[in-house]
Amino acid sequence: MAEMQAEVVHRHEAPKGFIRKYIFSLDHKVIGIQYYLLALFSVFVGLILSLLIRLHLVWPDAHVPLLDKVSPLGAPGGVITPEYYLSLLTLHGTLMVFFVLTTAPQSGFGNYILPIQIGAEDMAFPRLNMLSFWVTLVGLAVLLATFFVTDGPPISGWTAYPPLSAVGGAAGPGLGLGQTLWVVSIAIFCIGSLLSALNFIATILDLRARGMSLMRLPLTCWAWFVTAVLALLSFAVLFAAGILLLLDRVGGTSFFIPAGLIVSDRIIPRSGGSPLLWQHLFWFFGHPEVYIAILPGMGVTSQVLSTFSRKPIFGYRAMVYAMLAIGFLGFAVWGHHMFVSGMSPYSGFAFSVMTMAIAVPSAIKTFNWLGTLWGGKLRFQSAMLFAIGFVSLFVTGGLSGIFLGQPALDVYLHDTWFVVAHFHMIMGVAAIFGIFAGTYYWFPKMFGRMMNERLGRLHFWFTFVGVYAIFMPMHFLGLVGHPRRYSSLSGVDFLASLMNVHVFISIVAFIAGAAQLIFLFNLVWSMFKGPRAPANPWQATTLEWTVPSPPPFDNFAGKHPVVYRSPYEYGVPGAKQDYIMQDSAEKVSAG
Amino acid sequence: MALIISLVLALITLISVVLVWAQVWWFPVNISVHGRAIDQQFTVTFIICGIIFVLAQLGLAYFVWRYRDRGDGRKATYSHGNTAWEVTWTTAAAIVFIGLNLMGFRVWAGMQFTGPAPGALPIEVTGQQFQWYFRYPGPDGKFGPTHVELVDDSTGNYLGLDRARDQASKDDIVTATLSVPVNRPVQLILRSKDVTHAFFVRELRLKQDLVPGMEIPIHFTATGTGRYEVVCAELCGLGHYKMRSFLQVMSEEDFQKWLENMAAQQ
Repeated sequence: MAEMQAEVVHRHEAPKGFIRKYIFSLDHKVIGIQYYLLALFSVFVGLILSLLIRLHLVWPDAHVPLLDKVSPLGAPGGVITPEYYLSLLTLHGTLMVFFVLTTAPQSGFGNYILPIQIGAEDMAFPRLNMLSFWVTLVGLAVLLATFFVTDGPPISGWTAYPPLSAVGGAAGPGLGLGQTLWVVSIAIFCIGSLLSALNFIATILDLRARGMSLMRLPLTCWAWFVTAVLALLSFAVLFAAGILLLLDRVGGTSFFIPAGLIVSDRIIPRSGGSPLLWQHLFWFFGHPEVYIAILPGMGVTSQVLSTFSRKPIFGYRAMVYAMLAIGFLGFAVWGHHMFVSGMSPYSGFAFSVMTMAIAVPSAIKTFNWLGTLWGGKLRFQSAMLFAIGFVSLFVTGGLSGIFLGQPALDVYLHDTWFVVAHFHMIMGVAAIFGIFAGTYYWFPKMFGRMMNERLGRLHFWFTFVGVYAIFMPMHFLGLVGHPRRYSSLSGVDFLASLMNVHVFISIVAFIAGAAQLIFLFNLVWSMFKGPRAPANPWQATTLEWTVPSPPPFDNFAGKHPVVYRSPYEYGVPGAKQDYIMQDSAEKVSAG
Repeated sequence: MALIISLVLALITLISVVLVWAQVWWFPVNISVHGRAIDQQFTVTFIICGIIFVLAQLGLAYFVWRYRDRGDGRKATYSHGNTAWEVTWTTAAAIVFIGLNLMGFRVWAGMQFTGPAPGALPIEVTGQQFQWYFRYPGPDGKFGPTHVELVDDSTGNYLGLDRARDQASKDDIVTATLSVPVNRPVQLILRSKDVTHAFFVRELRLKQDLVPGMEIPIHFTATGTGRYEVVCAELCGLGHYKMRSFLQVMSEEDFQKWLENMAAQQ
């Protein structure tokens, strides 16, 4: 595809007035920050929910102050009921997966950084961009509204399996209006995500600067590209599934409800549906979704490891192909969530082979990250600490997947805390570390100020040691056979001996959770009081470091950058400095 | 800083390996025929993943320390990669992971692709919010039909049997716990009255969802007598955590006595 030499055309004027500049902004940078703040708010709510979960498991009779004001039925006297526990974990999962891990890495950092890294002055469709943020915000509001309806939030988990989620309030508290609002919230989120995905794909394909061929794209851009394609295809299916579930709930249909059900002594007068249909549709979305959550973090890790090792990324092409392979194979493995669901065991075998296959490109990426460190000149700024942490956590989380991907082993481990350990390690921690790394790395560019390094290190140590101490023991709970989503250990005899493990986990969780306030403080304080940041504080090579911190409203002040080289030219023999920027025409006489 | 990172990584690796090695929190005893192969596959997977875990984490720790910037003006090695290494470790990873999967396939096939031995004892398992019911076919060897409109928990007709009119239902035995004779193949047929549940007995290494609208057969042979917990492993509502029953594996004679006892109470 020929590179387009565009005229200097401002697709939108410089914004005037507070509302246009900061509220209903068309500027990808403002929208990126808005998404980031949405995710920041969501992660703190999600974190509080997780601490309530940890509290209830080990101190079930505790009175939580103010909780009875928020949910008088779910937590009378501030004591969490079994159904409220399930609401907490449903909202925790929903908030974290959708409103944190699907927003910050892609719509947050992607929106802010992508156009600048490819040399464009904005995303392809600024109005669509603004719309997708506000749609997402409405989705969040609808989700949080479930706390304030009489029967409370749904109790069916973020996975909302029917018939539990389809037959209405007869099956339990929260399954009436709360569940309906949940489905509506997710459907709204799908729309926001689809609009955003269209924008990313069009931008990457059409708005690259002259000289920015696909194979010169920073790996962050490749990650955002593959993620956007996954989002476009998978969220469409989730949206459809959500419509079907909504129809079963309020439209009298039976997509997921078979005949002959009797719930709370009432016969459900529906027939013809299949609960497995939901699982297929949901996980056809759900598996690509977890790659949506992790791929941007992989891109950031590559970017940060290279910058702070002063070395090119090891095996750039292999990294690109690995991301493409992960994206493609990610659509072929959804059945590994369904090995014991009643699905054909022959399908189980097929999905298992594909699951093992997807471990291969993941392994390639890990080897290449190690290869990037090898022979490097490592500096340990906060961003680098979190990138190194990402590699360690990705290895751990990925390896537990090797157990779960084998159906014979999954028979035992399915729906135990081993699964909880696996997805927390790989999503709830590794992906979050990608967000932290991205924050410490790009904060100077986004806010024109430096974050505090000492607080960054403190944050890293509390968090890194904390997450291993929280989630490693959960693997062992799974080996003992501790099922998931149990609001209490009191109903099953063999769980009694595991209480002390839960106590340990809960105590560490409170400490590590509190330590996140260090990050929040650093973030907010540095936004206003941090020392001014230069254009390129990390001496990095990609295009965002060629513009001021923060950049002007159209990024390149009317100019059009031209790209001459690959994105990770660090330590080039014979070069003037130990890095060469992508838009530098410097001629190097290398051997 | 580099040294601390390396030491912490090494410590995490050491503690994890020790906890696995010492089997501090571990699987319970296996009492099923197919469970032996599962446990063996677990062992192989632990060894392989353990080796990879140790090599990767200690490798990371070593590189972090070895290649730290010592402020000595040394330049980083300018390398874009090494195709030979890429091919090597890609092939190695593929062989290890896919090989592991094919090994595990044999275990899965043994459990799932063939039915139980002929003459297996059939038992129907019905799950509901938040209770397990088990049904034995009685001397006629047939399960009578269930009628949803006759289900009445308050009078003890949990499955909706019409013992008056359906011949096959007359001798069905419905119990709240599951008893089986040791060393005899058993076939469970799993059904649900309301939402999705899952039957899980750790010591049998057996788990299967109970899906409304489906009747799912699984089979096992128990090799050790004793009393084991049956728990629900699929979120089914607020009582999910206490949907619990018991599996009792007993000698053939004890089992016949138990069955007669239960039949008398129907």
